[in-house]
Amino acid sequence: MTEPTRPRENRTEPLVVLDGVGVRVGSTQILRDINLEVDAGEVVGLFGANGAGKTTALRLIATLIRPAEGKGTVLGADLSTPQRYDVRRRIGMVGHVPGIFLEMTLLENLEYAARVAGVPLEQAGEALAAVGLAGAADRLAGASSHGMQRRTEFARELMIDRSLLLLDEPHSALDRDAVDLVEGLIERKAAEGGAVVVVSHDRDRINAIAHRSVELRGGTLT
Amino acid sequence: MTTGFWHQVRAVAHRDLLRERRSGDVLWVTIPFGALALLLVPLAVGTDAKLLREIGPGMYWVIVMLFGVLVAVGKASKETLPQQDASSLLGLDPAAGYVGRTASSLILLLIFEAVVGAVAVGLYNIDILAPGWLALTLLVVAMGLSLLGTLTASIVNSTSAGTALVPLLVAPLSVPLLLGATQAYEGIRLGHGILSWVLLMIAVVLIVAMIGVLTARPMQES
Repeated sequence: MTEPTRPRENRTEPLVVLDGVGVRVGSTQILRDINLEVDAGEVVGLFGANGAGKTTALRLIATLIRPAEGKGTVLGADLSTPQRYDVRRRIGMVGHVPGIFLEMTLLENLEYAARVAGVPLEQAGEALAAVGLAGAADRLAGASSHGMQRRTEFARELMIDRSLLLLDEPHSALDRDAVDLVEGLIERKAAEGGAVVVVSHDRDRINAIAHRSVELRGGTLT
Repeated sequence: MTTGFWHQVRAVAHRDLLRERRSGDVLWVTIPFGALALLLVPLAVGTDAKLLREIGPGMYWVIVMLFGVLVAVGKASKETLPQQDASSLLGLDPAAGYVGRTASSLILLLIFEAVVGAVAVGLYNIDILAPGWLALTLLVVAMGLSLLGTLTASIVNSTSAGTALVPLLVAPLSVPLLLGATQAYEGIRLGHGILSWVLLMIAVVLIVAMIGVLTARPMQES
């Protein structure tokens, strides 16, 4: 585990606790003996080579996969307990591959998210405007650039009140304005008492915004 | 703010119908192929009007079963892992997701039944007897197939077996529907009571609905 890169003011109860956690996919051990705590108000950088298990680690923290061994909690919910969909509502994730629906417009994607998450529909348009896509609201996601798709996902995270934000290569495919927006979102989330885990290959950029960083090597945190 | 079960059901159904409107998979591919399949039958058995009129209803139900399951399975399994993750992290109750996907498939199946039914009536000169009972039969069959197809897609998505499982899962439960539908029409034609066949189909619908709702959460967690 590397030294903190940016001081953090207040320490509170950790939002993420992983204690000796391992993850298997089929017979392949992807993660082993992962020990990690992420506190409220903290931004943690997660580095690692391709195939080190970074995305799996994010999906584990997002409660989307269950640990094969060890124990852990995320936002107070036991990771080994099923039916955590109410907790998931408080976890935002922007993956490397966008999870939006390509046959729907950018605005329709956000309206769908608003309907499911119970957010007033008008906030969908506001969130889209906040990421600079007001003029592209009626453009099909499938006809939009990768950068616009990612901006739409960040708009979703602006729109929904999340306690924990998980970002996989958040700077990828984004222009300067969007990068500023993402970094603003990260800082705001931490300032509001949430936590952010950021996966990236860009150590310099992440070290500038993270309170500390950890590295995955061969499925283990170092 | 949280959202209710039926609100989420409507959101998912609305999303799937929007996607279908844009992709046109059912309207422009499945329905024409279903109609084409009905057109091909006379080429195989000849153009004897009496024979076609006799086998027409049976052929119609077989086409509805085969293509209907394909519609439901296809619609429900058309979500990528990032899309599934994104929906889960909106706090989507898996059971609401199942019912919502089923509802959109039901609407599409009713359209499929109506269009292909019109072709069958025109082509085979089938009599429309007891329209009330016939409408009920069509509705129950569509409900059964959409529930069954969505359940099958959920099972396929949550296991590593892939689509190889589909016939094994679908066949046992679709047989009572096919039997019920053909026997109900035959009963109407001969002036017999058909309540027992309708009740059989409703029982299948209820069983599959119960299995689908009760297993939606464990399956998502598996």
